[in-house]
Amino acid sequence: MSNNDVKLQTLAPDEVKKLPGEPILEAVHLKKDFPLGAVKWFGAARAVHAVEDTSLALYPGKATALVGESGSGKTTVARLLARLYEPTGGDIRFQGVHAAKGHRAVRAYRRHVQYIFQDPFSSLNPVHGVRYHLGRALRLHGYVRSADDERRQILALLERVNLTPAGQFIDKFPHQLSGGQRQRIAIARSLAVGPSVILADEPVSMLDVSIRLDVLNLLLRLKEEDALAFLFITHDIASARYFAEETLVMYAGQMVEGGPTEEVIQHPQHPYTQLLLSAAPDPDTMGHRQAAATTAVDRRDSCDGRAGRPQGASLHAGMAPPLQAEPDNPAGAASPYVRGEPPSLINPPAGCRFHPRCPYAMPVCSQRRPARTDLGNGHWTHCFLYDDGMTGSAETPLQRAVSAGTRLTTSTDNEQENR
Amino acid sequence: MKPVVAELSGRASTQKRTELLRVKHLNVDYETGDKPVHAVNDVSFTLHRGQILGLAGESGSGKSTLAYAITRLLHPPAVITGGEILYYPREEMAHRDAIDRVSQPDDACETDAINRVPTVDILQLSNKELRAFRWQELAIVFQSAMNALNPVMRLETQIVDVLQAHNPSMGREERRQRALELLRLVGITPDRLRSYAHELSGGMRQRAIIAIALALNPEIIIMDEPTTALDVVVQRDILVELMALRERLNFAVIFITHDLSLLLEVADQVAIMYAGRIVEEASWQQLYRHPRHPYSYGLLNSFPSLHGVKRRMSGIPGSPPDLRNVPAGCAFRPRCPFAFEECGERVPALAVPLVEEVHIGAQGLEPDGKLAGGTPATRSQQSHVACHLYSKEGVGNNE
Amino acid sequence: MQATNLTDQQITTSTLLDRAKGRGSGMLRVITSNPKISVGMGIVVFFVLVAIAAPLLTRYDPNASVVRGSLAPSSAHIFGTTGLGQDMFAQIVYGARVSLMIGFFAAIGSTLLQIFFGLTSAYFGGLVDDVLSLIINVFLVLPGLPLAIVLASLASSADAANKNEFVLAIVLLFTSWSYGARVLRAQTLSLKEREFVAAARSTGETTLRIIFSEILPNEIALVASTFIGTFVYAVGAEVALEFLGLGDTSQASWGVILYWAQNNTALISGKWWQFVPAGLCVAVLCAGLAFINFGIDELANPRLRIERPPRRRGLPIKKKVVA
Repeated sequence: MSNNDVKLQTLAPDEVKKLPGEPILEAVHLKKDFPLGAVKWFGAARAVHAVEDTSLALYPGKATALVGESGSGKTTVARLLARLYEPTGGDIRFQGVHAAKGHRAVRAYRRHVQYIFQDPFSSLNPVHGVRYHLGRALRLHGYVRSADDERRQILALLERVNLTPAGQFIDKFPHQLSGGQRQRIAIARSLAVGPSVILADEPVSMLDVSIRLDVLNLLLRLKEEDALAFLFITHDIASARYFAEETLVMYAGQMVEGGPTEEVIQHPQHPYTQLLLSAAPDPDTMGHRQAAATTAVDRRDSCDGRAGRPQGASLHAGMAPPLQAEPDNPAGAASPYVRGEPPSLINPPAGCRFHPRCPYAMPVCSQRRPARTDLGNGHWTHCFLYDDGMTGSAETPLQRAVSAGTRLTTSTDNEQENR
Repeated sequence: MKPVVAELSGRASTQKRTELLRVKHLNVDYETGDKPVHAVNDVSFTLHRGQILGLAGESGSGKSTLAYAITRLLHPPAVITGGEILYYPREEMAHRDAIDRVSQPDDACETDAINRVPTVDILQLSNKELRAFRWQELAIVFQSAMNALNPVMRLETQIVDVLQAHNPSMGREERRQRALELLRLVGITPDRLRSYAHELSGGMRQRAIIAIALALNPEIIIMDEPTTALDVVVQRDILVELMALRERLNFAVIFITHDLSLLLEVADQVAIMYAGRIVEEASWQQLYRHPRHPYSYGLLNSFPSLHGVKRRMSGIPGSPPDLRNVPAGCAFRPRCPFAFEECGERVPALAVPLVEEVHIGAQGLEPDGKLAGGTPATRSQQSHVACHLYSKEGVGNNE
Repeated sequence: MQATNLTDQQITTSTLLDRAKGRGSGMLRVITSNPKISVGMGIVVFFVLVAIAAPLLTRYDPNASVVRGSLAPSSAHIFGTTGLGQDMFAQIVYGARVSLMIGFFAAIGSTLLQIFFGLTSAYFGGLVDDVLSLIINVFLVLPGLPLAIVLASLASSADAANKNEFVLAIVLLFTSWSYGARVLRAQTLSLKEREFVAAARSTGETTLRIIFSEILPNEIALVASTFIGTFVYAVGAEVALEFLGLGDTSQASWGVILYWAQNNTALISGKWWQFVPAGLCVAVLCAGLAFINFGIDELANPRLRIERPPRRRGLPIKKKVVA
């Protein structure tokens, strides 16, 4: 493809070596607190503990999905990695090297790590046109030799994100474009600097349903063609499955579970992951739909000879509407289904932050945070149900053996073995 | 209030016993610029008692405008330019006791009063009648719960205000009790009664809004993207609760969302809108198993699945239409992989499909041109589709 | 001031351009699209042309006593003469130069200060914001016109030789910038949270570029509006100060005309031509500027626009009986 040639000539990031198997971007025990308000004269300053002890690694040509509800800290993680925020603690390593501070270093870093924002209606400056947005990205990193050259490269970029005919789009302003087209411009802008890592923060959630898949497919293609490493942030676990090889689940600023996507989605281990999966809209498992309310239409339908909907084990089986069960006790004590909402991150619950909502909560859960437990196949979780590697006297020999194993190998070692 | 009513003949009323709301050929235009924009175009549907009707569509499909039109909340430049919205009340609205149904849930429709049930034409109501109609018969829940609650009023005050405005005969203590009951109904603990909106989480606020909507036992609740701003877990929470409430109070819901996968879980009947028109209407089972319109098919295939084989999906090419510039004929034609000559000439009417077998193959829809033999209506009674593929002429012209 | 309306919502320049449905492109489109802006611009342009073309419009020197004092308007002196026998028309025409100059320079300087204080304090936040906001607030609570009077009288007594219009311009500049800075700061606070700012950072733009190329262009409507607001204030205040004798009383300007008219007891003796033309000029110029401001506001804030009734009515409400 001619546009790819252009890119190789002028955009090829010189010093990036893409070795498979080695993480290109790593976050090690990242922590971020946002201080609240101005200087506090008395007592400890309050802060939002947005992200705590988060580690992850991105690999060339692979996507890692970060799944969680709003307020789970997933966007903060991405913005830390994009260096839009300074981490309070922990380390970011690009190709194994600590990402240095300072204007020059940050700009060099941004040449390799780019960010795609969620809202294409807000991430493009309304007063600037397409040419400006893409041209600035090219110029800033010194890829442009002349005005002609710039135009050629912008057109090539537009074609790469399927905005054709590119000549029609180059002089448009954001308000003249639809949501999907704007997001493509935003993607083109991040591609302009020739990055090796793309941090995509819910790149399709603001788009119309019918064009989401188009944009997702575009990102998939870029991932494969350019061996880009993706951090794919989403609240939609089904699109994580569609897009990413690896999935991490975050809850209230902490990682709770992670591993190969199929493993995590088909065999969720952490109670929160289970909750999240059971809540995801999924027409394939509509077994929970009320039998009582079956209308005449339904009955007629069930007579027709076509293959019925899957009636397999439903994740929603336990989700009896609480009101029906016990009007005065809406929580429905017997239901494994947990009501409630994520905690405030100003004073998060001690220990495992999920314990106030967890149906399996034990006393230890509120005392300290469970350590990482490896479940095999690269699947891990932070939950006392699966032992935490540091339990006291009550543990079984088997558990002790497992925990010894976790302590001996560091997390990154395990990751690499599994790959 | 005295609604504009007409006595129905007994014959007609038994036939319409389960009907609650009927929208006939509704048209809404936005009169801006040089030529009006047809936001809602010849839309007809029927809502039955206790039914959840799902309206799915992308932004600009006219689904919200339709909701506003039904509630007559449209402001200029949006104008209803044609059509009828008929409402069939359970009993004389004037005689309704607002709290009877919560205290003693009734299951069936009234039997002997039914012969004298009047019909209300919503588009003909005066402002005063409309005000009473809106809360008592029809309530609305909007997407932005944050903005719907008054930030400087306590939750209790807001619920009590609604009760007071529409039910002046209620005593102070009675109103308080009712407010408590409503909150319990939607799963908010009584200690939240004295809270302000900002002290509640997003999910709580949406629950509170639903509680206020339920305050006067409406027959219909219109929900415009009620859970879009919420997280999946909270969304599931609220939907489960909504279903339970529906079972108990037997209200009907018009549920508007862009998320078809959600709709398939919630709705009994689903209508899919595209560029201001309903392109397909079917029960959720039929729609899920047997989407007929190419757009419905594309929409259903736009949601990655959590189970089964992972495969590359295609979605729908192109982008949603600009309502100022809708193509002639079928508005979906530019994005439709099966479009043929006639699609550009005539707008397909929403009708019972005449063709039974249209394969959904690996490449998408594959019409094989076989006409439905015998009784096409039996299976498709609840299913309507606006597509030339399913009309006789359409298939005839297709190669 | 009109500017306050603008802060309610995210007003961007592109929406302004978008809503301006006039002919032509860019600025011309904005001007022709709104009748208020057209009228206001017409008035202002008229005065500017008069000021520029002053030597062509009159053959008299505004400061020279040409004839007997206090002549009523006649064909030779269409606005009459002053008490010292200067031609009033020449004084008005040349006076427009002074008034417009002072207003313009005060407004430009004030706007620059506003942009500097408003944008930097909002964008950087923290200590920078604390310090700059403190300065803004101090100037905000100082009463503008009284301070201007004190400053002008100090300046005129300290350095009588340099007593010219630029002293007044500077005094007006310093007493008028704080409010606009406050408004710009508020607008910038909300704009800097928009994702395009973070996007520019993540592309690698420098801070200076982000402030002036990404944020500022989005505030052009607001800046224009405060600029014109300041212009109105400066013209009015300049006339007031000169009327009090705090300007250069030997130089013809609208305020000075009024000052001499007052000194010559023109009002009591019924010599209306000595104060009506100058007063009208001030009023009309300020009205023209205000019109522009209203127009900008209307373009930027659609809620202020009068909704034109739809051409076709909706369904007539008729009490139809439905069977």
